[in-house]
Amino acid sequence: MAATVVGAAAARQAAAAIVGSGSDGDALEEAAAAAGSEREAAAAYNDGNLILIRVTASVTSSTHETKSKTVFFMDKDKIYLQLNQFSKPIPIMVIMKAMGMESDQEIVQMVGRDPRYGGLLLPSIQECASERIYTQQQALDYLDGKVGSSNSARAGNRKEGLAKAILLDVFLANVPVFRGNFRPRCVYAAVMLRRMLDAILNTDTFDDKDYVGNKRLELSGQLVSLLFEDLFKSMNAFALELVNRAYEHASRSSPLDFIHYIKQDFITHGLEKAISTGNWDLKRFKMHRKGVSQVVSRLSYIAALGHMTRISPQFEKTRKVSGPRALQPSQWGMLCPCDTPEGEGCGLTKNLALMTHVTTDEEEGPLISLCHSLGVEDLGLLSGEELHAPGSFLVIFNGLILGKHRQPQRFASAMRKLRRCGKIGEFVSIFVNEKQHCVYVASDGGRVCRPLVIADKGISRIKEHHMKELRDGVRTFDDFLRDGLVEYLDVNEENNALIALYECVNDMDDSEDDIKKSCITHIEIEPLTLLGVCAGLIPFPHHNQSPRNTYQLCRADTLLYLLVYPQRPLLTTKTIELIGYDKLGAGQNATVAVMSYSGYDIEDAIVMNKSSLDRGFGRCIAMKKYSVLKEIYGNGTSDRIVRPRKDKDNQRMQILDGDGIAAPGEIIRNNDIYVNKETPINTRDKTGGPMGLKDEDYKRTPAVYKGPEGETTVIDRVILCSDTNDKLCIKFIIRHTRRPEVGDKFSSRHGQKGVCGTIVQQEDFPFSERGICPDLIMNPHGFPSRMTIGKMIELLGGKAGVSCGRFHYGSAFGEPSGNADKVEDISYTLVKHGFSYSGKDFIYSGITGYPLQAYIFMGPIYYQKLKHMVLDKMHARASGPRVMLTRQPTEGRSRDGGLRLGEMERDCLIAYGASMLIFERLMLSSDPYQVQVCRKCGLLGYYNHKLKTAFCSMCKNGENISTMKLPYACKLLFQELQSMNVVPRLKLVKHDCLMDGWI
Amino acid sequence: MSSKVSALDMPDVPMGQLPEHLHLQRTRVVCKADAPIHTEGIQYSGAYASIGVDNSVGVDSFCKNFKVKVVRLTNDEIEFDMIGIDASLANAFRRILIAEVPTMAIEKVLMVNNTSVVADEVLAHRLGLIPLNADPRLFEYLSENDAPNERNTIVYKLDVSCKKGSPRVTVKSDQLKWLPHGSELQMDSHDISAKAKSYTSFSCIQDSLPEFSKKPLGVKFDDIIIAKLGPGQAIELEAHAVKGIGKIHAKWSPVATAWYRMLPEVSLLKEVTGDDAEKLVKKCPVNVFDIEDLGNAGGKKAVVANPRACTLCRECIRGVNEELVELKRVKDHFIFTVESTGALSPEELFIEAVKILEDKCDRVISELS
Repeated sequence: MAATVVGAAAARQAAAAIVGSGSDGDALEEAAAAAGSEREAAAAYNDGNLILIRVTASVTSSTHETKSKTVFFMDKDKIYLQLNQFSKPIPIMVIMKAMGMESDQEIVQMVGRDPRYGGLLLPSIQECASERIYTQQQALDYLDGKVGSSNSARAGNRKEGLAKAILLDVFLANVPVFRGNFRPRCVYAAVMLRRMLDAILNTDTFDDKDYVGNKRLELSGQLVSLLFEDLFKSMNAFALELVNRAYEHASRSSPLDFIHYIKQDFITHGLEKAISTGNWDLKRFKMHRKGVSQVVSRLSYIAALGHMTRISPQFEKTRKVSGPRALQPSQWGMLCPCDTPEGEGCGLTKNLALMTHVTTDEEEGPLISLCHSLGVEDLGLLSGEELHAPGSFLVIFNGLILGKHRQPQRFASAMRKLRRCGKIGEFVSIFVNEKQHCVYVASDGGRVCRPLVIADKGISRIKEHHMKELRDGVRTFDDFLRDGLVEYLDVNEENNALIALYECVNDMDDSEDDIKKSCITHIEIEPLTLLGVCAGLIPFPHHNQSPRNTYQLCRADTLLYLLVYPQRPLLTTKTIELIGYDKLGAGQNATVAVMSYSGYDIEDAIVMNKSSLDRGFGRCIAMKKYSVLKEIYGNGTSDRIVRPRKDKDNQRMQILDGDGIAAPGEIIRNNDIYVNKETPINTRDKTGGPMGLKDEDYKRTPAVYKGPEGETTVIDRVILCSDTNDKLCIKFIIRHTRRPEVGDKFSSRHGQKGVCGTIVQQEDFPFSERGICPDLIMNPHGFPSRMTIGKMIELLGGKAGVSCGRFHYGSAFGEPSGNADKVEDISYTLVKHGFSYSGKDFIYSGITGYPLQAYIFMGPIYYQKLKHMVLDKMHARASGPRVMLTRQPTEGRSRDGGLRLGEMERDCLIAYGASMLIFERLMLSSDPYQVQVCRKCGLLGYYNHKLKTAFCSMCKNGENISTMKLPYACKLLFQELQSMNVVPRLKLVKHDCLMDGWI
Repeated sequence: MSSKVSALDMPDVPMGQLPEHLHLQRTRVVCKADAPIHTEGIQYSGAYASIGVDNSVGVDSFCKNFKVKVVRLTNDEIEFDMIGIDASLANAFRRILIAEVPTMAIEKVLMVNNTSVVADEVLAHRLGLIPLNADPRLFEYLSENDAPNERNTIVYKLDVSCKKGSPRVTVKSDQLKWLPHGSELQMDSHDISAKAKSYTSFSCIQDSLPEFSKKPLGVKFDDIIIAKLGPGQAIELEAHAVKGIGKIHAKWSPVATAWYRMLPEVSLLKEVTGDDAEKLVKKCPVNVFDIEDLGNAGGKKAVVANPRACTLCRECIRGVNEELVELKRVKDHFIFTVESTGALSPEELFIEAVKILEDKCDRVISELS
């Protein structure tokens, strides 16, 4: 049975977790309510301006048999219990009495002897007394009456004993009950009450719903085990039913073999179905979640990595709440502060930081007995009053009250000592909560924790010789853990630690500092680890305006295409090295001049050097998959792929091989055939003799390539395989090498995207004193409002890097530890190599030949090409396909659609008075249609082509017919109205038409 | 006492000569700490007519003042000083060098087999950028309706493979073999009876022509990596090089780059002595300044020793020193550098550039007349 923290907290929200990538490339991902139980003391709802505080304490319990939620809440000064099994809230005192606590004094003693508690409990006690409930039996009888209808129906009309069963099985199910002894549950309920009353007396003790320590991540193992449990139980139930039915048939010749009644593949299919759709629909656990498993995004290396650290929230994203979206101080070092999507998931979807570890469940038995042997007094031995005796702390293990301890600090340090020397698991957390007088010991799964260096009075336990051993490969990280140099702390335990960013180097600090220094218990391993995998790619993120880093992350993983000449960034970070981005980059180091040029660089556009593009800058390969299925039909016939007839009029078949399939390496153009497929004309009836179908029984259904006109695309690979139904499937990977063109989108690593505004010849580009010509020009207006100082430092660092031949670093917050170069040092390097300290060069104009009137900030910046390319987006049409129903042009680029003149555009034209233009756009260019209108009845007639006369079918004559033009959609509307018994009549007025010529 | 004096008759302003500050503006770019000033050229002949100075450029005076001095010349790099010329002309030479002097470069690649990891287009692009050791002056442009012949096309062949089980092979540019006979590949034809045609129609072997017999038309550098082959991979292709200019594609640019800088002029506005001199000398990363020992009496004095080395890092005028040192550029003295990619030697390249400019001028003149 699993049970968790007693955090006086609102519902432990389950955040979610990531999951590893399965062998099939799928990643499961989800968040979920924590398994286990939990108590929440209170919750505050902030509803607009009105702050309504409703004190509640809730516990979610889950055992092998049941999953339940127990809620205590306060209404009109009285405390009630809410449980699904009871139709109405139950006064809490009744529950206590039903569990055998008949004396009010005992209950109050157990909650606490402070008279204020008694005062607050008084209304509840009075209510119980007014109901005349004094004994356990009276209480149970009262409860029997309140059991919900669904339960009573199941048990017939006999309600006796039901309440007791509910108290045993459902109420606080995580607290074990032995031989009907309710005492542990009474204590638990009393502690819940006490926590509630505390919250009323002092609102500071309210728990924070969004506090990371109150959250649990669900990992793939947990989710799959839940799924398995459900399937296994369903399978058993199913088998049981079958066997029962089989026994009902009295006569059996052979003994019944149980094996035959177990449905094979039931679990396999169930697992496969859930994982492939991502829907976890477990009725047994009331779990209906979508998107639990996701296909890992393999667009780029970083995208895949980023996807695997993602944490998705369990509740819906549309809720307009700010609390859960805000940055939580407690997520420091555990969850990346930058990496969150823009839009609806902002702040809810999170990413793990670099060194976060998500715990898994750990064996509880040994830990419980260890606690007892370390001096925890068992609950059973304590009277109610002793429970909260001053100076003693309750020990709560995974949400279960074990007992109390008189020397909590000593107990905690003993446990920690054991953990550091590896006697208990390294992820067990011991947290002494001074406020609540509790010691929390946690070994449950889903907590986030991170390693920290242990320090004694501010002096790190890791010495130089340890690091040397690590470098030499003698020592590994696990050795550090085992030797008690490093330990994992979870969010709760971090509250008991004083963590320094760096070790105190200076021993001669002032005495005032020394007091603080002596309190330091841990030291951060590296400040850069507070960011996640993707945020770690940004150099100098701590110099940027924070949303810029977030924008960058939304962008970084959009690269879908392969870069032809990828480069390693000149300005790297430690994270880049750790995750291997320097082995497979996704961008190039472009020499950037920050200046205005030509006016084609407004609004973040960039000007590119044509020679750089000629030489391969920004060139990328876009791959696209096409597949053709050789269908097999119901009548046994199937498609066939035939050898092409190679003659002159079969130009479109040029790229086909002898087998009728296009060969790899062939250049494929628009309208080329890549599979010469033929389909039987009759796919329904049994046809054909023993020789099969004849040639004329097939119709040609070739696969025709639709690609951009005038571009060279090449067949990269042809894959022949069979799909799940054993049909032949031919897959083509078609490759298109693209050089950047005007309108393609580029981005630096600082959330500064821009499209290519124009491409300029190299000789027109400015050049420096050393003959350096930039690859691209960026407008300086991109800087002031964005405040991306990090980009400027990247430029300086890159420039210093190329001149001195050493990669420079820009790790987050890395300056003090040497993981990021200081601007001062970079400037010094620049000066040493003859550049200005500011990175600004003396530049000559390539057009006039004279120097420019300003020094230009110029140097290398790492640029990435984004997947948004004009080639995939540009679209225009004159005439083209129309929708059948309305005869209006189709919509969308993929259907070669028209461009809509919408309502707002129409408004503009009306305001301008351009009536003929409206007329042209809305009718002539869209769906003009000639109609015959009867002047008499006002309905539409028709034109009889045989008799060459118009005719009104209403008036049964053709005498009063006028011909006019209408939009087809209008005619359609009339007809649809008529079909609904609404008659639209047109009233025609004679007009000496100005518009005759138009119609 | 006061009598009206014409502005043109001021005794301290000599006639026919510009006053000092105007002269400075006309001939020097002054590089201040924050920005360079007087960067523009004054080209209008009558710019100073009001003070009686003729600003026109006469052919005679140009011929008299124009000087070219070669500073450094290696196989593929030349640095020379071009004195007495306007920036617009110097820039014209630079632009022509980059974009308009023709060279030979691989333009068409006929892929027979390519099982390497490098995609066909990428391989072709890489081949195109390889500098060829062929004098473009001996070739003609291949126009659209021309057949490729020995006068406008060079054919190369690349046929490499990596045997199964052997280590990886690096394909380098020296494996491109010149085919003086022209293309060896036969064109696909629907007409079987017709004689198979190759992709080029050479009337004679390029080898036999006197200009090519001495110097084979190879690649300039042997060690340019084209591709890497894994075991079992092979590349077989034919590459056709034609003449073109850098304006069309950078592969035809005969220079790695060509640029100039204006001659630096560094002057000390005040005498810098003692520790200040030491500091100043130390500040400059390229040692523009030096210390002159004034003997036992005067101590040390800073002098400008090597202004040409100045890279304009502006360290010497950063902060307080702006009134001590003045950095200037001479507007009509260009330190011109040409880095050749190899087809022609750098000095020849410049001459070619001059010829092209000449042609252009001729064309303009003939159009006008």
